[in-house]
Amino acid sequence: MGATEPASVEDVATGLERVGYLPGDATALVAFLATKLGKPVLVEGPAGVGKTELAKALARFMERTLIRLQCYEGLDEAKALYEWNYRKQLLRIQAESDDAGWQAVQDDIFGEEFLLQRPLMSAIASAEPVVLLVDEIDKTDQEFEAMLLELLSDFQISVPELGRIEARTRPVVLLTSNNTRELTEALKRRCLYLWLDYPRLEHELAIVRLHTPELDDRVAQKLVAVIHRIRELDLKKPPSIAESIDWARTLVLLGSSDIDRDTFTTTMSVILKHRTDLDTVAARVGVMLDPAADAA
Amino acid sequence: MSPTAPPGVAQEPGIPDKGPGGFAGSLLAFADDLRQEGLAVGTSEILDAFEALEHVPWSDQVDFKEAMAATLAKSPEDRRVFELVFDRFFFRAAEAEAARRRITEGGRGPDSPSDINLDTLRQQIAAALRDGSDAALRDLARLAIAAFGQSEGSGVLGVDVQRIRRALGLRAEPQPDLPDDDPRRHGTPREQLRRFEQHLRRELERALIERTASLPPKRPLNELERALPTGPIQDLAAVHRVVAQLKRRLASQGHELKGRKRHAHVDVRRTMRASLETGGVPITLKYRPRRPRRPEIFVLCDVSTSVTSASTFFLSVLHALHDAFRKLRSFVFIERISEVTEVFERERDFRAASEAISKDAGVADISGYTDYGRVWEEFLALIEDELHPRATVIVLGDARTNGRPPRDDVFAAITAKAGRTFWLNPEPRLYWNYGDSVIAAYERHCTAFECWRTDQLEEFVKVLSRSSFSR
Repeated sequence: MGATEPASVEDVATGLERVGYLPGDATALVAFLATKLGKPVLVEGPAGVGKTELAKALARFMERTLIRLQCYEGLDEAKALYEWNYRKQLLRIQAESDDAGWQAVQDDIFGEEFLLQRPLMSAIASAEPVVLLVDEIDKTDQEFEAMLLELLSDFQISVPELGRIEARTRPVVLLTSNNTRELTEALKRRCLYLWLDYPRLEHELAIVRLHTPELDDRVAQKLVAVIHRIRELDLKKPPSIAESIDWARTLVLLGSSDIDRDTFTTTMSVILKHRTDLDTVAARVGVMLDPAADAA
Repeated sequence: MSPTAPPGVAQEPGIPDKGPGGFAGSLLAFADDLRQEGLAVGTSEILDAFEALEHVPWSDQVDFKEAMAATLAKSPEDRRVFELVFDRFFFRAAEAEAARRRITEGGRGPDSPSDINLDTLRQQIAAALRDGSDAALRDLARLAIAAFGQSEGSGVLGVDVQRIRRALGLRAEPQPDLPDDDPRRHGTPREQLRRFEQHLRRELERALIERTASLPPKRPLNELERALPTGPIQDLAAVHRVVAQLKRRLASQGHELKGRKRHAHVDVRRTMRASLETGGVPITLKYRPRRPRRPEIFVLCDVSTSVTSASTFFLSVLHALHDAFRKLRSFVFIERISEVTEVFERERDFRAASEAISKDAGVADISGYTDYGRVWEEFLALIEDELHPRATVIVLGDARTNGRPPRDDVFAAITAKAGRTFWLNPEPRLYWNYGDSVIAAYERHCTAFECWRTDQLEEFVKVLSRSSFSR
């Protein structure tokens, strides 16, 4: 069994913090429930708020292997579940040639030896419990989602030639979604739901501190305040936590001791990824950072 | 709190009996409340919730609420409804229990109006709002009610709340005539004001329940409360996101259909060609690819001031969808109609396009008020020959005629010629047919959608693309 089994919500919270992830109240609680109830967690939220990171941190904290399945359009069973190792099967048949009966060969070539395990299969077949991350589930089509249902509710996979393969250990399953399409009710029904949003100011400050302890306190505070101000604007892609951390690292590298207008305009491209966003922010936030405005 | 019962309260008729089943029963009642507000809470969800509560101390309010939310509310929209229902349900449950056990909060004591220094109170409240302490706000809300609320309660909670807020001099706008050190001087953030108003409402409700010893009827959530704060269409960033999704969805829909082989026609020429490989025996059949039919769309968009925000939004969507449809012709109108298809084709940047439209479309004549009758006539004259049963007409407007004749007969003629006609109304359905809105007259001839949130728009595009591909 896994090395660490959390006993309470606080356990999870402190544990995640120890491995460098600061969870919010809801996050720690849902992660705890996931380990206790053995139910998958559907994590939704804007890009870059730490959905994937949560799975990684959970794996580190529980000392389990992380198995990751990155979803994309056109992902199918052969790439997600299992595939027969066709070449090896061929070789086997050729090696046997005439002296074995058909039945024997057939039994032989559809054995586990010839099964190529893809992420989902290896997650449930693993001898050690793992953390399974199904990333960006909303990128796949509904058919794939339907295929996942068997795995998510019963932790088993049916292989026609072999029968049912049941999980030896219960993995902790996290599914993330950027909410680009509505997931089916059937999938949601089987999951716990966690909505990760941009954190509150103090929380984000703590996160930035955790990741860049070298950054001056005053600068960190100002950085977070500015980021929050920027998020209030109508942007195509508001900066997320990942961007805050990148920016903090940039400032450390540059050795900046303050965020003034110049620093801001030169480093702005770290946190904003759209041409139009840059213009908007330069016009609305840049001014605010003037020394004169600072004094007021 | 004093446990003494107020004199003269008989067995209260207004307090419902406690439901059976204790804790579990209450949870089921809560789940039922959620269902009534439209959440899809199934038995499996309820079982999950119970299971979750075995692992979480239910005496901790935050943990309890989060555990319930994780198992019962499975989208951001649901989560918002969940929060509202959670507050409403447990507030009412606590109050009902208190009334049942006849626990009241005792006499007014030191809080009698004359004892409260009104100016200090105003200052305190403004300061608490600025610092954002919830507990302090709650206490101050009670003080404020004691000071302003008792003597002249109007009986309607909403009215009382606003009256007290005004008496406290709390406004969202800056108030430069106040002294420098007054925390209200720079205005109070709207979000904070709303929170304070919630406290006021809650405390007033509590006092009312205590006075009358009966629970007021449950108030269903209204549309505006339900909508996420980012819901309204004015949020351009959200619109961009929706549009990006729609594009992807429309694109993938096309692919799906291309891959489907049902009812495919054999392509004789290609089959014969392939049969050469097999000595003239047509072993492999080649099919003609199925091409999804793309509809021809005519869009009419009201750009008068009453629907400005919505039309910006709507035009931007159409602009983005331009390549999803084979033929899309856009018109804008106020008093007259003007075609803007070319502007959209020329300008790839939406901002430039909308500027160009407002500059040279020349749709306002004299008054600047929408004249639907005239618009229909002009549209029909302009486009009559091109309308055919496969064409789709979409109108965006609030159907407010400013007292002018609606000429729904001309509109009917348009809809009769076109295959399908949709009307998108950027006003909530609640306001339809009030004042000068004549949507009912037009709705007889077309399908009308309310469209003031992004999800409603998504719903519409689904309808639009679904039926167009299957035709």
